[in-house]
Amino acid sequence: MAIQQISVEEIAEAVPDGALLGIPADYSGVPMAVTRALIAREAKELRLFCLPLTTIQGDMLIGAGCVAGIEAAAVTLGEYGLAPRFSAAIEAGLLDIQDSTCPALHTQLQAVERGVPFMPMRGLVGSDILRHRPDWRVIDNPFADEGDPLVLLPARPLDVTVIHAPYADSEGNVFIGRRRELATLVHASERTFVTVEKVVEQSLFESEATAAGALPAFYVEAIAQAEKGAWPCGLTDLYPPDGGELRRYAEAAKTATGFADYLAGLGLSPRAAA
Amino acid sequence: MKASREELLISLLADRLAGDRHVAVGAASPIPGSAALLAKAESSRPMQVTVLQSRRHNHFVEGSRELFDCAAQGRIDSFFLGGVQIDGQANINLVGIGDYPRMKKRFPGSFGSALMYYVVPKVILFREEHSRRSLVEKVDFISAPGSSEEGVYRPGGPKALVTGRAVFEFDRIRRRFRLEQIHPGETKKSVEAATGFAYDLGAVTETPAPSAGRLEFLRGEIAPKVAQFYPEFAERMWGVAAQSAA
Repeated sequence: MAIQQISVEEIAEAVPDGALLGIPADYSGVPMAVTRALIAREAKELRLFCLPLTTIQGDMLIGAGCVAGIEAAAVTLGEYGLAPRFSAAIEAGLLDIQDSTCPALHTQLQAVERGVPFMPMRGLVGSDILRHRPDWRVIDNPFADEGDPLVLLPARPLDVTVIHAPYADSEGNVFIGRRRELATLVHASERTFVTVEKVVEQSLFESEATAAGALPAFYVEAIAQAEKGAWPCGLTDLYPPDGGELRRYAEAAKTATGFADYLAGLGLSPRAAA
Repeated sequence: MKASREELLISLLADRLAGDRHVAVGAASPIPGSAALLAKAESSRPMQVTVLQSRRHNHFVEGSRELFDCAAQGRIDSFFLGGVQIDGQANINLVGIGDYPRMKKRFPGSFGSALMYYVVPKVILFREEHSRRSLVEKVDFISAPGSSEEGVYRPGGPKALVTGRAVFEFDRIRRRFRLEQIHPGETKKSVEAATGFAYDLGAVTETPAPSAGRLEFLRGEIAPKVAQFYPEFAERMWGVAAQSAA
């Protein structure tokens, strides 16, 4: 059966204000076209769950006033420097942050994937990350003779995940290749929307090579075509990050006015309240 | 031929990776990355160097959690961590300066340090900036502690701290650093003046320069490989341009 094909704007409309939104890392499939559409529709009170970090996507959403809270192992522009709107929002006390660490974010979604209420993880004991996470628990390993403190992380079901991928077939099976963290996000999410560079006729399940890199359509509510939909982030081997644009963003976003000018260049503006 | 400061660091880090089976390095780490590529080329047995942002040199296929799963099992021998602040107990802070959560200066966050620091047997702390701002008595936020209480699962942890001025070994029993090497141009006094924490003194020798042969190999054979992953660094260091896609 053919998948429902909608527009980028319709995906942004389908992400409700206040949603816990799954956010992929910059090396994965960042839905930047939808991010701009979320800013255009003035989304608000979003809570970002990053697997495990975010770059320009999170920074733009924060700067535009769309975000109430964030769980992440890092928010950064990588080689282009700190994430300026993120840092400014934290320093001004405007953003609720739950600092985490990469494997903890994976583990919390893996618990959802398995339908169990929590999963344990090594590390974390004695860190200030743990000290500031009253939602996490430490128990003694029940299988050890004594001691062996172990951190338990609750399952964290996501409301919505939006990802960008190289292509889908007309049934809505999405090629994500080995970017399996995208599958983790999707498995843990109640609703999933995907933007793709293109839609092809032949089913991904026609060959083992493409089936191995597939995200099956039964997880996906609708897809939208968005050429260069990850720009200025890169997309696997299809296109590299646009360094010039990212450098321009990093420089502009150092100030609120510079950021507003940057958005204006894209035909956007921050939410009035931001 | 005189080695630059960066080449000296690459050479001394490569020595520390000799014999490892699997070394993982991240995107923002050109000096550790170069050291890993040099150590691999010099290694007499198979050595996996995973460069996380690369396609050809990142063989994880289960998503980005596979690195952490491998590390938790002890399959990663060595890893590099840094910090906005590193303190005298080898606690590292990648989160920011000031009182958490509304910090005076916010940095990106802890990344995978709160697992990797515990489970990778040989973590090398690498921070080029060696100042009282970066090397402090006590960090403002512990992303991951340098050592753990008895009974906490802790097969891994810091082995050494390598900076632009010196090399400290970490003593896990005393929970203190010990100054072992100072780079050419530094003295015990200049290192002390730039360090914000107290430490023990070891033999304190001058960091040896790479041999002429190794330096030639680094510039001739390794530099083009480095350029694939860290093009801006390779261009600045050696004037070498990337030859093919990473």
